[in-house]
Amino acid sequence: MLAAARTIVYRDLLLALRRRSDVATALLFFVIVASLFPLGIGAEPNLLRAIAPGVIWVAALLSSMLSLGRLFAADYADGTLEQIVIGAAPLSVVVAAKAFAHWLVSGLPLVVIAPVLALQYDVAASLYPVLALSLLLGTPVLSMIGAIGAALTLGLRGGGVLLSLLVLPLYVPVLIIGAGSVEMASAGLGGQGQLLLLGAMLVVAVAFAPWAIAAALRISME
Amino acid sequence: MLEAADLECERGGRILFRGLSLALRAGEALRVAGPNGSGKTSLLRILCGLLTPTAGEVRWRGAAIGSLREEFYREILYLGHAPAVKDDLTAAENLSITCALAGLAAGDESVRAALERYGLAGSDAPVKKLSQGQRRRAALARLALSEAAPLWLLDEPFVALDAAAVELTRTLIRGHVARGATVVYTTHQEDGLPGSRVLDLGPAP
Repeated sequence: MLAAARTIVYRDLLLALRRRSDVATALLFFVIVASLFPLGIGAEPNLLRAIAPGVIWVAALLSSMLSLGRLFAADYADGTLEQIVIGAAPLSVVVAAKAFAHWLVSGLPLVVIAPVLALQYDVAASLYPVLALSLLLGTPVLSMIGAIGAALTLGLRGGGVLLSLLVLPLYVPVLIIGAGSVEMASAGLGGQGQLLLLGAMLVVAVAFAPWAIAAALRISME
Repeated sequence: MLEAADLECERGGRILFRGLSLALRAGEALRVAGPNGSGKTSLLRILCGLLTPTAGEVRWRGAAIGSLREEFYREILYLGHAPAVKDDLTAAENLSITCALAGLAAGDESVRAALERYGLAGSDAPVKKLSQGQRRRAALARLALSEAAPLWLLDEPFVALDAAAVELTRTLIRGHVARGATVVYTTHQEDGLPGSRVLDLGPAP
């Protein structure tokens, strides 16, 4: 069972390595969107400091969405998804591994880049750990929720737009709590409460999303 | 071994087949025949559990495959219409990953041997650089590693292959049936495999 999960993670990372441009697009998108705001708003340090957590988090949401379309669609098109669905390991374990690989490629880099982008907003250095930690806890939840949407919209015409409409509202709680943790910390109230909530969301997502993804995939494969 | 009772399949508002029953013993091969659109692929997808029939059920060793799930998947090999190989991986990477997902322990040696039988041994290029036929060969090489699976479900295994590869695939299927396994396959070639039972789905509805 774990061997199958390891195989899937290895496979998806290998594929990402062979198609580096796909990964780079989503990351560059994140960097560019987050950089547009200071340029558009101008040098207004107080305003920039105030909007920084929200903007960086929204950019992270959009960038994580961007790569969701490929999560299952490519495997669906070349038939490998059929082999995954009728694989020897439980489907929920395998799709959890797929969502994990998606996070490694599209979520983890955001955690690393975000503090660098925060520089542009003149965010206090003491907030970098909170920002990074909130993204570290929040982006896996995004990958898990997004995978449910990607599985549901698999093979549909105009699935990309539908996927955004389906998934973005579900991202809202993560966005509010994730950006809120940084705002609380910057107000000197400490973001622990929000971070703990994000952690709780992650636990719930890891526990339940795999079953939802597996069920959605089985329906979409018919 | 494999039983199907009263299967009915509806796709896109059309009934493809209704009241279809079959029973296959170990060591039997069944060729599913019929023109395009008659439901051959749908039948195979139902038999492997990818598609739920509108009515009826499929049983494996007496138990419904819907309740067996992974226990059943571990015992079958299904090769669908699409070759199920990733374009960006080499044939060897594809084969060892597919085998790992199917729960088959296939070492580098056996993977190379299987590819060698299909004439793909020395190829380190990603599959996208190969021809359509070679891609099919890369997918079919799994047959040589799946001797332990007691049920093979093959959708058009001979398509896009040259004469030598067709002959090799036939030999592998024949050998597998002789070993006491069950094989269900579809083909347009009349003489897919001499001596197999034929199920004709009739004209497309």
